[in-house]
Amino acid sequence: MNPESISQSAADLATTARTLADQAAALANQTTQLAAAGAHEGPGFFVFGLTVFMLACFVGYYVVWRVTPALHSPLMAVTNAVSSVIIVGAMIAASPETFNFSTVMGFLAVILASVNIFGGFIVTQRMLAMFKKKPQPAKS
Amino acid sequence: MATFATLAYLVAAVCFILAIKGLASPETARQGNFFGMAGMAIAIVTTLILPGALSGLSYVLIFAGIVIGGAIGTIVAQRIQMTALPQLVAAFHSLVGLAAVFVALAAFYTPEAYGIGRFGEIRAGSLVEMALGTAIGAITFTGSVVAFAKLQGLVSGKPLVFPMQHPLNAALGVLLLVLIIWLCLSNAPAAMWLIVLVSLALGLLLILPIGGADMPVVVSMLNSYSGWAAAGIGFTLENNLLIITGALVGSSGAILSYIMCKGMNRSIFNVILGGFGGEATTAGAAGGGERGAVKSGSAEDAAYIMKNAQSVIIVPGYGMAVAQAQHALREMADVLKHEGVQVRYAIHPVAGRMPGHMNVLLAEANVPYDDVLELEEINRDFGQTDVAFVIGANDVTNPAAKTDPASPIYGMPILDVEKARTVLFIKRSMASGYAGVENELFFRPNTMMLFGDAKKMTEEIVKALES
Repeated sequence: MNPESISQSAADLATTARTLADQAAALANQTTQLAAAGAHEGPGFFVFGLTVFMLACFVGYYVVWRVTPALHSPLMAVTNAVSSVIIVGAMIAASPETFNFSTVMGFLAVILASVNIFGGFIVTQRMLAMFKKKPQPAKS
Repeated sequence: MATFATLAYLVAAVCFILAIKGLASPETARQGNFFGMAGMAIAIVTTLILPGALSGLSYVLIFAGIVIGGAIGTIVAQRIQMTALPQLVAAFHSLVGLAAVFVALAAFYTPEAYGIGRFGEIRAGSLVEMALGTAIGAITFTGSVVAFAKLQGLVSGKPLVFPMQHPLNAALGVLLLVLIIWLCLSNAPAAMWLIVLVSLALGLLLILPIGGADMPVVVSMLNSYSGWAAAGIGFTLENNLLIITGALVGSSGAILSYIMCKGMNRSIFNVILGGFGGEATTAGAAGGGERGAVKSGSAEDAAYIMKNAQSVIIVPGYGMAVAQAQHALREMADVLKHEGVQVRYAIHPVAGRMPGHMNVLLAEANVPYDDVLELEEINRDFGQTDVAFVIGANDVTNPAAKTDPASPIYGMPILDVEKARTVLFIKRSMASGYAGVENELFFRPNTMMLFGDAKKMTEEIVKALES
C-alpha cells in the first residue's frame, strides 16, 4: 500500500466512525423519548443497551486502529482513566436514604474510581508532555 | 430532567471518543486528553445534580471519596517512574475491577436506588448483567494484582504451572455459570457472594501461569476486561454512558492484545493458556548446537565503527529500560548526529513490558519522535545500514524466528538487524533472552559483542566518541 491509499482508507474509516457515532446519537435520542413515554418493560432496555453497546464497539474499533503505535501506552492509561466512569454508578450507590451496606460499598467504589480518574489522566498528561515537539539539537 | 441527564451523558461519551481519537497523532494527543477530562467532569457533575438521586449525607460521602481517591491518584501518578509504568497501569486496572464489584454489590443490596426492583425481587435479566459485571470485575481485580506482582518483581516472572491447571480452571468456569443460574432463580445473596469468590479465584489462577514475557498481552487483556466489566455494570444500571465507555475501553484493550500477539506470532489462546518461557528453555538449548566464535569488542571499538558509519539504527529493548540507559543513549545519538551520522531508532511491537512502553521511555529521554520508527517502517532499511546497535534487546532480533521451525519463537516478526553491515550488541552476558532461546546472531562474523552494563557501556562509548 502506498501512503495515499493508506491515508485514503484512514479517511474512509473516520467517516464510517462518524456515521456510526451519529447513528448512536440518534438511537440515544429515540430511546430517551421511549423511556419518557413510560415504555419501561422487561427486555426493553436490554435490547436498546445491546444496540448502543454493539455500535460503540464498532466506533471503538475504528478509532483505536487509528491510534499511532507510538502512543499505545498513553492509550492504555487514558482508557483506564475513562473506564473509571463507573464512578457514576458508585455515586448513586453512596446515596440511599439510610446509611447501609450499599452506602459503604458505594463510598469505597467512589474512592477507588477517583484514584483511577486522577491517576490515569495525570499520568497520561505526563506521558504526552514528553511527546511535545522539541527544538532539535544541532542536526547537521 | 432525565432527558437532560441522558443528553449530558451522551456528550460525555462523545468526549471520551474524541479523547481516544486525539491519540492518532502526538500533535492532537494532549488536546484529546483534555476532552477526556472534560467528559469525566460532565459525567460526575451531571450525576451530582441528578434530582432525587442524592441527599445531604451522600454529598459529604461523595466529596470525601473523591478528595481521598483524587489525592492518592495524583500523588502516585506524579511520583511514578516511567519504567514502572506497566505496574502502575496493572494496579489501576485492578481498582476498576474492584470498583465494579463494589457497585454491583451495592446494586444487589439496594436495587431501589437504581430503579431495578427491590432487594430479593430483582428481575432475572438484571441479575445476569449484574453477575457478569461482578464476575468480570473480580477476575480483573485478582488478575491485575497478579500481573502487578509479576511486573514489580514481587512474584517470579516464571510461569507458575501445576498439574490439573486447565481442568481446574474449566471447572471453576462451569461452577460460575451454575452460580449465575442459581442467582437468577433464587435472588440468594449467598449465590452473589459465591460468584465474587469464585471469580476472584479464577482471576488468580488465569494469570499465574502466564510468563513475564507475555505481560504486554496480559496488561492489554486486563485493560479490555476492565472495559467489559464497566459495560456489564452499565447494563445493570441502564446507563448508556457506562455501556459506551465500557465498549470503547473493551475494544481498545482487545485490539492492543491482538497487536501484541501478532508481534509474537502467537494466538491469544496460546498466551492465555500460559506456560510460555518455562518449558521453552529445553527446546532452545537443543537448537543452539552449532557454536562459532564470539567476537567481543570494547567501547572504543564501537565508537570507532559508529563514527565512521553513515547510518546507525538503534534497537532498544527492555534491558535498556532496566539499566536506565536511555539518557546516555540519547547523548550518544546526539554526538553521532553532530558527526553527520544518520541515527534512527527501531521499535519492535513487543519491546518493553506494555504496548508503546519503549516509545514513552525514549520520549522521556528527549528523543524526537520522528526518529523513532516501527518495525514495518524501518525493517527494509537494515540492508542499507552500516551499524545496527542493539541495546537490551535479544529475542526480537533472533534470526531463528525466520529460519528455525523448531524454535519456540519461529514465525515471530523480527527486526532484521543481521542485514546491517555491522551489528553491535550490548549485553551483560551470553545468557539467553526472555523466551529462553539462544541467539545465533552472537556467533556471526559481522557481530561484535559489547559485554557490560548497558548504561555504563553507552557512557563509555560517548566518552570515546568525544575524545
